[in-house]
Amino acid sequence: MSSAIAAKTMTQTWQTLCTRADLVPYSGIAAWVETPEGPAQVAIFYLPGYEQELYAIDHHDPFSHANVIARGIVGDIKGQLVVASPIYKQHFRLEDGQCLEDDSVALRTWKVSFKGDEVWIEA
Amino acid sequence: MNTPNATKSQLIVIGNGMVGHHLVEQLVEQGATEHYEITVFGEERHLAYDRVHLSEYFSGRDADSLALSTAEYYAEHGIALRLSEAVTAIDRDRGEVTTPQGRYPYDRLVLATGSYPFVPPIPGNDREGCLVYRTLEDLDAIRAMAETANTGVVVGGGLLGLEAANALRGLNLDTAVVEFAPRLMPMQVDSEGGELLREKIESLGVQVLTGRATQEIVDGEASRHRMVFQDDKVLETDLIVFSAGIRPRDDLARDCGLEIGERGGVVIDDRCLTNDPAILAVGEVALWNNSIFGLVAPGYQMAKAAAATLLATASGTQDGSFKGADMSTKLKLMGVDVGSIGDAHGDRTPGARMFRFLDPIKQQYRKLVVSSDGKRLVGAMLVGDNSYYDTLLQYYANRMDLPEDPAALILPSSEGAPTLGPDALPETAMICSCHNVTKGDICATLDAGAVDLGAVKGETKASTGCGGCAALLKSVVDHELEARGVEVDKSICEHFAHTRQELYDIVRVEGIKTFSELMEKHGSKVGHGLGSSSAPGLGCDICKPAVASILASCFNEPITDAAHIPLQDTNDTFMANMQKNGTYSVVPRVPGGEITPDKLVVLGQVAQKYALYTKVTGGQRIDLFGARLEDLPAIWGELIEAGFETGHAYGKSLRTVKSCVGSTWCRYGVQDSVGMAIRLEHRYKGLRAPHKIKFGVSGCTRECAEAQSKDIGVIATENGWNLYVCGNGGMRPRHAELFATDLDDEQLYRIIDRFLMFYIRTADRLQRTSVWRENLDGGLDYLKQVILEDSLGIGEELDRQMQTVIDAYECEWANAISDPEKLKRFRSFVNDARPDPDIIYTTERGQLRPA
Ligand code: SRM
Ligand SMILES: Cc1cc2nc3c(=O)[nH]c(=O)nc-3n(C[C@H](O)[C@H](O)[C@H](O)COP(=O)(O)OP(=O)(O)OC[C@H]3O[C@@H](n4cnc5c(N)ncnc54)[C@H](O)[C@@H]3O)c2cc1C
Ligand code: SF4
Ligand code: FES
Repeated sequence: MSSAIAAKTMTQTWQTLCTRADLVPYSGIAAWVETPEGPAQVAIFYLPGYEQELYAIDHHDPFSHANVIARGIVGDIKGQLVVASPIYKQHFRLEDGQCLEDDSVALRTWKVSFKGDEVWIEA
Repeated sequence: MNTPNATKSQLIVIGNGMVGHHLVEQLVEQGATEHYEITVFGEERHLAYDRVHLSEYFSGRDADSLALSTAEYYAEHGIALRLSEAVTAIDRDRGEVTTPQGRYPYDRLVLATGSYPFVPPIPGNDREGCLVYRTLEDLDAIRAMAETANTGVVVGGGLLGLEAANALRGLNLDTAVVEFAPRLMPMQVDSEGGELLREKIESLGVQVLTGRATQEIVDGEASRHRMVFQDDKVLETDLIVFSAGIRPRDDLARDCGLEIGERGGVVIDDRCLTNDPAILAVGEVALWNNSIFGLVAPGYQMAKAAAATLLATASGTQDGSFKGADMSTKLKLMGVDVGSIGDAHGDRTPGARMFRFLDPIKQQYRKLVVSSDGKRLVGAMLVGDNSYYDTLLQYYANRMDLPEDPAALILPSSEGAPTLGPDALPETAMICSCHNVTKGDICATLDAGAVDLGAVKGETKASTGCGGCAALLKSVVDHELEARGVEVDKSICEHFAHTRQELYDIVRVEGIKTFSELMEKHGSKVGHGLGSSSAPGLGCDICKPAVASILASCFNEPITDAAHIPLQDTNDTFMANMQKNGTYSVVPRVPGGEITPDKLVVLGQVAQKYALYTKVTGGQRIDLFGARLEDLPAIWGELIEAGFETGHAYGKSLRTVKSCVGSTWCRYGVQDSVGMAIRLEHRYKGLRAPHKIKFGVSGCTRECAEAQSKDIGVIATENGWNLYVCGNGGMRPRHAELFATDLDDEQLYRIIDRFLMFYIRTADRLQRTSVWRENLDGGLDYLKQVILEDSLGIGEELDRQMQTVIDAYECEWANAISDPEKLKRFRSFVNDARPDPDIIYTTERGQLRPA
């Protein structure tokens, strides 16, 4: 109870996660992030050479309930960047987490960016 | 009358055979369940099954795969299915049927009781071991009896008799066929055709006795029975199967006073009504226009008409009628083609003229029966080559004008027999007689939006009955699609306007080694609207793994190299199979299923140390489940240390080569199957392909390794090895086909090399060899030409490509654990050492499993 109230009052902050060398180009890695709502498993995708190079999205797959999204294949479908869940292959838009196969499902997303060689996330 | 449901009428169907079930499907499709409460009685304990393919029960299919439907289907549509419950009487006055279990009221009743095999009234015909061939139970009885028999006789040399004879031969019995008439298949062929058929069948080792009437069956001297013929000659045998024709099961109808034909059969009209308008009859029990139709297609048409009749009275809107059916058939009996169209004997058509062609060397016989004015085909007969059938049937069924010289239609094709293109067929041409689908119906579905063969099949059900029309259907659909300017889009996905085969060729010819290079040079569209960046499209989860597989098939570079990693499915990326909770399974290679005790101990120790669930797989090796991502490198470190390699259980690549124990231990083995399996597994391990590939090697024909269910099956012979190809277990089992015989080791490797490389080159993504083979134009003969005769002149190239892959093999797990960069990916979290806390286990039967 008290933690929920505390969470609401806590402000989001930028935290550092790892360095560029820890990322896998054109693919994902998972990170453990403490957020005001509690800990979150976050998938970070790295697309060097693209306008937006970094994306952060839930690592939790709502269809299989396993933490696996970072291990999916990234791609583009009809102009939208997506990741395919490695378990049952639903596609999630990197930009806003929207599931393409099921309107009612969306993953959370976070802001991420490079500060020099470091990867920072706002959570 | 006592009706349990006030608004719905009671409809009872007696008989859950092929036609009875088809009727139920038709009723469901047309919404009859709104008007009727339907109850189906079946005397057999099995749900309706495919009797037409009954013989396949002996060649490996089981009752489940022959089933035409499921109990769920019936339940889902609220139809009461009462199996093992035969109706014993019909009370027309009370509108009731009786079974041993009770009485059931009906408003409408359908007889779909089929027929029974006729057993000639010969003294001794009821001796033990005298059987018939109609139901699954009959076949079980034959199989059981065959275990203690050496010889078998089929009484009756018609279509079913020959099929039964083939089955007995398959059960390793010395087989004979005894036919009363002077020739085999008297209904379908004339004396010339019959003679040819006899020669062919005798050459298969089946004894043929024609013109023989059995007088009695008594105790035998050397065998269980002795058959005594009219001329006092005798034949001894252990098992007898009667297949002397069928008789309609009309006793229920007889007993309740329905009109019956002179020689049996429940008389029906065009609407399938009997003389009692509450009662209908369909299928082999029904007599229409004085004919019984002993084939499934006419039965299906009756079912359709009956459904219309039942609905017309219920809803007042439907109508449809049975207008007779064509009895033309084509069959393959013991590998011998026999076809019969219309008035094949020409004895029902006054003034008919015949053309005959006989080739005694190739053992082919063809006959055309032409109307007296020479304009129409009224019948035809084929023995030895059915490739003429489709064209002839179309001339016959559509009353098309014959060409100037009709004889050309049956002359050998090399002399330019005019084949009838799909464009020449009129709209009314019947393409699928089982489901009554005309060319016009197909065109209509295409116009309504169907885009391919699958869609047409789904809409019309064409080619889902006996399957005889498959080739014709495909050619009509292809032709009509083309005519509509539809270029069948075979692009692999939106990123490449190419098929997998085209991509393969591009990669090989241009020597392209990475996905990004392929995308840059051949991708559909650069940019893809991904912001203003000029970066190429990323690809997707369709094209990336497909290209990864092609690159691996061509160059076999480690799939974990940086350029290839983003392309792989998760299983390939982490070289393990992802489980439902995000953990992985580990399957080390156990070539040929042979494993030393020391290695077994190591597997046990590793499983203990990392708390892994262990299970023996269907592929003769051991699967360790529940490995956490971050433990995979350490687990593999220990396994590799002990001499294990990756088993590629995750890859679209060679899986296992299953083996039997073979000649080193088994008393029957004629070759060392384990040794061969191990050599094959080492030769092809790591070979990536459009889909997974499995092998089996058996040491003798007993086939304990089930090689005939594998992509590549090898069975030892006295002289070497027989090679089978394109088998499949899985979702749609398919028996492998014999490809080459009595090969020595080197010949075997060479042929498999070429076969696999040709498959890799030409198959679609995720297409197993079985499906590839079924879609291959030209079929097995073409494949044999390419691989065995090198008709395309690519043999040496295929050899070289295979050698490249074999030479480049390296255990990818060994490669990965020696490279710290590659190991970075095996962390649960990039910034935290903790394992994923959401993975929770519980125990079951003494081992862990996901909670
Ligand atoms: C482990 C095993 C079951 C077992 O405990 O025995 C197994 C397990 C799986 N099979 Fe299998 N199959 C296993 C033997 C078989 C067999 C039997 C055999 O090989 O003799 C068959 C039928 C034979 C055949 O393939 O023709 C078989 C037919 C399939 C199919 C259907 C393929 C088809 O063509 O219809 C799939 C699905 C697919 O590949 O698309 C499949 C897929 C799978 C997958 C990979 C499903 C998945 O994606 O998670 C399972 C993952 C296992 C894992 O996580 O390790 N598995 N699978 C067997 C592993 C054998 C091995 O040592 O490598
Ligand atoms: C080995 C074999 C091969 C064949 N090959 C071909 C072929 O290649 N092409 C072709 O077109 N046709 C072929 N046929 C014929 C085809 O199988 C039949 O035409 C078709 O099965 C007829 O269907 P039906 O429903 O009328 O009869 P069935 O399929 O025989 O069904 C009748 C059912 O009714 C049940 N029944 C009977 N009396 C009662 C009762 N009183 N109460 C409850 N249930 C009852 C029976 O047990 C049976 O299950 C073949 C048949 C056999 C046996
Ligand atoms: S297939 Fe033949 S050799 Fe192999 S185990 Fe079976 S009986 Fe023995
Ligand atoms: S003719 Fe039997 S399925 Fe088409």
